Amino acid sequence: MAPLLQTRDLSKHFGGVHAVRNVNFTLDEGELRCLIGPNGAGKSTFFKMLTGQLEPSQGQVLFRGQDISSAHAHQIARLGIGIKTQVPNVFDGLSVRENVWLAASRLHRGEKARRLVDEMLERIGLTQVAGRLVGQLAHGQRQWVELGLVLSTDPELILLDEPAAGMTHEEVNKTAELVREINRTKALIVVEHDMQFIRMIAKKVTVFNQGSVLVEDQVENIMRNPLVRDIYLGKQAAAA
Amino acid sequence: MNQRWLNILGLALVAVIGIAFMILTPRFAELDTVLELTVYMVMAVLALSLALIWGYGGILCFGQSAFFGLGAYAYAIAMFNIGESTVPVLLAIILPAAFAALLGYFMFYGRISDVYLGVITLTVTLILFNAINSTAGPEFHIGTARLGGFNGIPGIPPLNWPGDRTAAVDLEGMFYLAAGSVLVTYFGLRLLLASRFGRIIVGIRENERRAELLGYDPRAYKLATFTIGGALAGFAGCLFANWGSFVSPTIFGLSQSAQIIIWVIVGGRGTLIGPIVGCIGIQWLSTALGANQPTGTDWWAKIFANAPLILGVILIAFVLLVPKGLVPTLGDLGGWLLGLRGRRGAERERFEPEAAE
Repeated sequence: MAPLLQTRDLSKHFGGVHAVRNVNFTLDEGELRCLIGPNGAGKSTFFKMLTGQLEPSQGQVLFRGQDISSAHAHQIARLGIGIKTQVPNVFDGLSVRENVWLAASRLHRGEKARRLVDEMLERIGLTQVAGRLVGQLAHGQRQWVELGLVLSTDPELILLDEPAAGMTHEEVNKTAELVREINRTKALIVVEHDMQFIRMIAKKVTVFNQGSVLVEDQVENIMRNPLVRDIYLGKQAAAA
Repeated sequence: MNQRWLNILGLALVAVIGIAFMILTPRFAELDTVLELTVYMVMAVLALSLALIWGYGGILCFGQSAFFGLGAYAYAIAMFNIGESTVPVLLAIILPAAFAALLGYFMFYGRISDVYLGVITLTVTLILFNAINSTAGPEFHIGTARLGGFNGIPGIPPLNWPGDRTAAVDLEGMFYLAAGSVLVTYFGLRLLLASRFGRIIVGIRENERRAELLGYDPRAYKLATFTIGGALAGFAGCLFANWGSFVSPTIFGLSQSAQIIIWVIVGGRGTLIGPIVGCIGIQWLSTALGANQPTGTDWWAKIFANAPLILGVILIAFVLLVPKGLVPTLGDLGGWLLGLRGRRGAERERFEPEAAE
């Protein structure tokens, strides 16, 4: 079976800075993968290239064998890649319900769309605040709104950029649970710093460092890998 | 639900006031007042065109006068050539819409930033001003219609009932037509904004990148919005050419294009009724200040004789003190008086503990 997502020698430079360098990455159908790496390792740039927000300088992105390297963001979204960005990227000036409706309306009309919105509000636990402006909500709740947006467009592959950032311990548990639930039907790539969270959800982890893939392995091996400790965990420990 | 009933009540109120105003004005007002009100109504349609594309579409167009002027000229030129107004009216809508579509295509698909979009649209209308301004010679004509350059085109034949060129619309009929156009445009835009299309363009205004990542193509939606705005402005131009039977290049000029933006700012961006109120209010004020120039030599009289100065002060005061515009600010006040804010406050309190965790 062809992989769901594949990158070939994917690179992005900004002037002389190589943000992403020759990344060959493969994700199978239904897989859940974690991406880790220190700040500036190129994870967010990598996500932007996968979703058409940045055009690669070199290399290719293949989604189910189709080259999407220079496709527009909205075309890639329609093919079935959804992204939850690091800072909640939502419609702040609109109500929670209107936010979710905008996402659901891409695929559905009328009564069907309204019913799906109600279901999604229930699922992300925001039915109570459906009428409030998203800009007035707490950070954690806005994270949930964005997750609701992404899920409402029913993508095949979901990219989550630091879904647990700024969340309380309880919310992190809830998020991990939701990620596992989503993974029953969809493939995911999750960028995260919180190792606790990664241990809860991941099987396989890819480590980025200085724009390249440093190592790719099962989560328990990654934890023991001295290289990873040096560049990433060591730094975090030093910072803490 | 409360909000929904308020909406319906507001719509009903606009409809009743609008229809009453339309029917009663010609019966009770002097003819020159009716004539004056007619041009306010024409300009209100123009204000609504920018209310849509800027207030809801988030596209700051400095050159809405380009489409307005093109509509007026298209009507005038076609009218001299054809003599029956059905096709000229259609041309006055289609031509500016097509021009807006062409211009919009290059702006939106060329990913031009918002600031440059303002610059480009302003430049376009000024280029049109200069181009038409320099067509005074007899060699500049389209069919039998002379363009007239800076002299403009006088004696434009009036509208007639479709198909019957002998049934010309008189001054009173022109008022009904203009007021009716404001009402139809207002309610038409309300419907448009309540539709899927309308909600999506507001989403794009709020967060273009998010809309894109959900699979909507902002370029296409903006282009469609811009084209509708162009068509509406063109239709307003057609009515304007009828109102004075005259059109000149000043219609493309800087002060005309600035005025449209000022109407929307004063009335309130993101509403439809606001720009109508702003448009009528400012025009009324300009007329009143121009007509009642006080005589005398004290400095007070001198200031009041200077209408643009007073208008300028009012506009700056609005931008600084009432940045949301007249109607949204009054709406907030009304909501507060009706106790909506109290309810919202209670809601906030209920969710605060959760947010604080």
